[in-house]
Amino acid sequence: MAVKKARQAKHNPLPNPGAANLMELRHGESGILDRLDLPDDDARRLMELGFLPGHAITPGHSAPGGDPRVFRVDGSEVALRRETAKKLILRQTSTEPAPRAAAKVS
Amino acid sequence: MSDCHGCSVATLPPPPIPTRRHIVAIVGPPNSGKSTLFNRLTGLRQKVANFPGVTVEHRMGKVKVEGGREVFAIDLPGVYSLEPRTEDERVTHDVLLGQMKDLPKPDAVLLIMDSTNLARHLVLAAPVLSLGLPTLVILNMADDLSRRGGGVDVAELSMQLGSPVALVSASRGEGFDKVFQFLAGTTQAAPRTAPLMQLPVIQDIPKCRAWAANVGTKGKYQAPAPPHWTRRLDAVFLHPVAGPLIFLVVVIALFQSIFFWAKPVMDLVQAAITSLGSWIGSLIPNPTLHSLVVDGVFNGVGSVVVFLPQILLLFLFIGILEDSGYLARAALIADRTMARFGLQGKSFIPLLSAYACAVPAIMATRTIENKRDRIATILIAPFMTCSARLPVYTLMIAAFIPDRRLLGIFLSMRAGVLLGLYVLGFLAAIFTARLLKSTVLKSNRSSFMLEMPPYRWPTFRSLGLRLVDRSKVFLRRAGTVILAVAIVIWVLAHLPVHNGQPPEIGQSIVGTIGHAVEPAIKPLGFNWKIGIGLITSLAAREVIVGTLGTIYGIEDPSAKSEGLQHALQQDLTLGGAVALLVFFAFAMQCMSTIAVVRRETGGWRWPIIQFAYMTGMAYACAFLVNQAITAWF
Repeated sequence: MAVKKARQAKHNPLPNPGAANLMELRHGESGILDRLDLPDDDARRLMELGFLPGHAITPGHSAPGGDPRVFRVDGSEVALRRETAKKLILRQTSTEPAPRAAAKVS
Repeated sequence: MSDCHGCSVATLPPPPIPTRRHIVAIVGPPNSGKSTLFNRLTGLRQKVANFPGVTVEHRMGKVKVEGGREVFAIDLPGVYSLEPRTEDERVTHDVLLGQMKDLPKPDAVLLIMDSTNLARHLVLAAPVLSLGLPTLVILNMADDLSRRGGGVDVAELSMQLGSPVALVSASRGEGFDKVFQFLAGTTQAAPRTAPLMQLPVIQDIPKCRAWAANVGTKGKYQAPAPPHWTRRLDAVFLHPVAGPLIFLVVVIALFQSIFFWAKPVMDLVQAAITSLGSWIGSLIPNPTLHSLVVDGVFNGVGSVVVFLPQILLLFLFIGILEDSGYLARAALIADRTMARFGLQGKSFIPLLSAYACAVPAIMATRTIENKRDRIATILIAPFMTCSARLPVYTLMIAAFIPDRRLLGIFLSMRAGVLLGLYVLGFLAAIFTARLLKSTVLKSNRSSFMLEMPPYRWPTFRSLGLRLVDRSKVFLRRAGTVILAVAIVIWVLAHLPVHNGQPPEIGQSIVGTIGHAVEPAIKPLGFNWKIGIGLITSLAAREVIVGTLGTIYGIEDPSAKSEGLQHALQQDLTLGGAVALLVFFAFAMQCMSTIAVVRRETGGWRWPIIQFAYMTGMAYACAFLVNQAITAWF
């Protein structure tokens, strides 16, 4: 499981452009959110909590068994279940510049 | 700061003394320290209220400002936006726009946000500032911000927003000069300059977030380093092995302590009530009046008031868990287990606070977005062992369970039985949840999103206010419902009068009613006195203790504190005693809970189903337990 391979968390998480969604990020890695494949209501709620396209996301601790897991985004820590995290799709190519809003903050 | 000084100079001559009360609304996202700010401003001069027609609870309080004037502060629910989608958001929206019935549009707004997470919290500033009300932007947790190496240019930020800005620490009470200055200004025409940063025209989340980022940059906002202590603590509390163990230790310690730590204080209160009762009794020469005061009022009300220390200790514990931020972690750990019963981690928080009282717990279910999950949580919450059951449990356990060690120094038999009753309630709750979620309240696995706040030290102030609040509720009930029941029971126990003599209690009106219901409860091992107790405890569970105190007090006037336990030992079989414990574990003996369920579910359907289900289950299980114990021993 991902937990076993987990690397020591660094203060600067390594970008992992290969990860397709949040569940594929390992401890100490980060990804840029591309879109939320969720019903409007859930997507809005997550956006209010900081899950906006263009923001960097890093996985943190989890409940025993790895689900739900805490994700660090935009200065907050939010716990999500596996099935929700899978629907948060990460940006695949790192060449595309992030929107200004995301780049300047925190 | 210049804004505030400017206004007080500009408003000469002084305006006429306001006749209308001035209202200031406190708005902010969840976890921004809104309640701490509100407590800091109002102290004890606050009360909980409900807006008409909605279930959202809010607190109102008076704030003393310069010149002895008063401003009314309203603490609104924590929201991330002003779009009226959830009930919390609708209330905040309606209050701020002056659309709330019976409440004028607020004169000013205190917009509070966490300065350590400013860029994200500023998102709410866009819709709030667009309202055009005089607004003070309060950046809370200033101590945390500077300790973690962050910073902000308050004057510059104020220019960008076009509103005054105050950097405060609500928990330490630092930086409040500016807040009070602003509040004093609200009783006059308050100023507003045009913001340098144009507010976003389309206020969707990405636009507002981009605007907030720009404001933050212009205001020279330096985000603080990550909260290292929180990370370190999470490494322990969310450790795959240590985490669940700590979780269990916390829960067990909670129950062990409410039984043992509260004991000395309870003995003290008991002694005080007994001596106060006999002292007042000695001042009353009239024997009838003497009996009413000593047997009726002091035995009745006194036997309930004794449990105040225990209840406060429970609320203190839950308060510490909640204020420190541990409760969110506990919800995370519990999510998988809760999912197995068709619920989710967010249900854990209301269910844990239901151990204190089901009423606030049922209100707390509002954080659960999924309607079916929410109703299921409401329906099972009263199974959790609330503090009103403690007086009944403690009394029966002390009377019938021997004080022996069960697991060496870890657990005594009495604490074990108490813990067992808590587990019993919990099992009934999850069984019911399972039943509901696989039948009438079936739904897809719902989403779970929970923000983990940084760990913080709970403040004495906010814990103290909780306890004062709780004591007031408890003592008010003891002084009204329980007092009234005690007097009514005493009177009915002394009627009808024959030849100027009160009847034997078995022949009195109380006795007659009791004997009438006795056939129905006899199979449970209860006698007619317990029957009277069950009837009166429909008002609230702990009333049964007061009622029994009164009845046994009349029967044997020499009976004092230990007397009630002793009298019960004489009068009840072991089977009946255990059956009574089981009955109280399941039955929904609480009018306040029924009322709040009706309000929160919007009709009588669910509370009626719930009451019938719980009472039926209580009766059946008490019957089985009594029959089994009677057969065995």
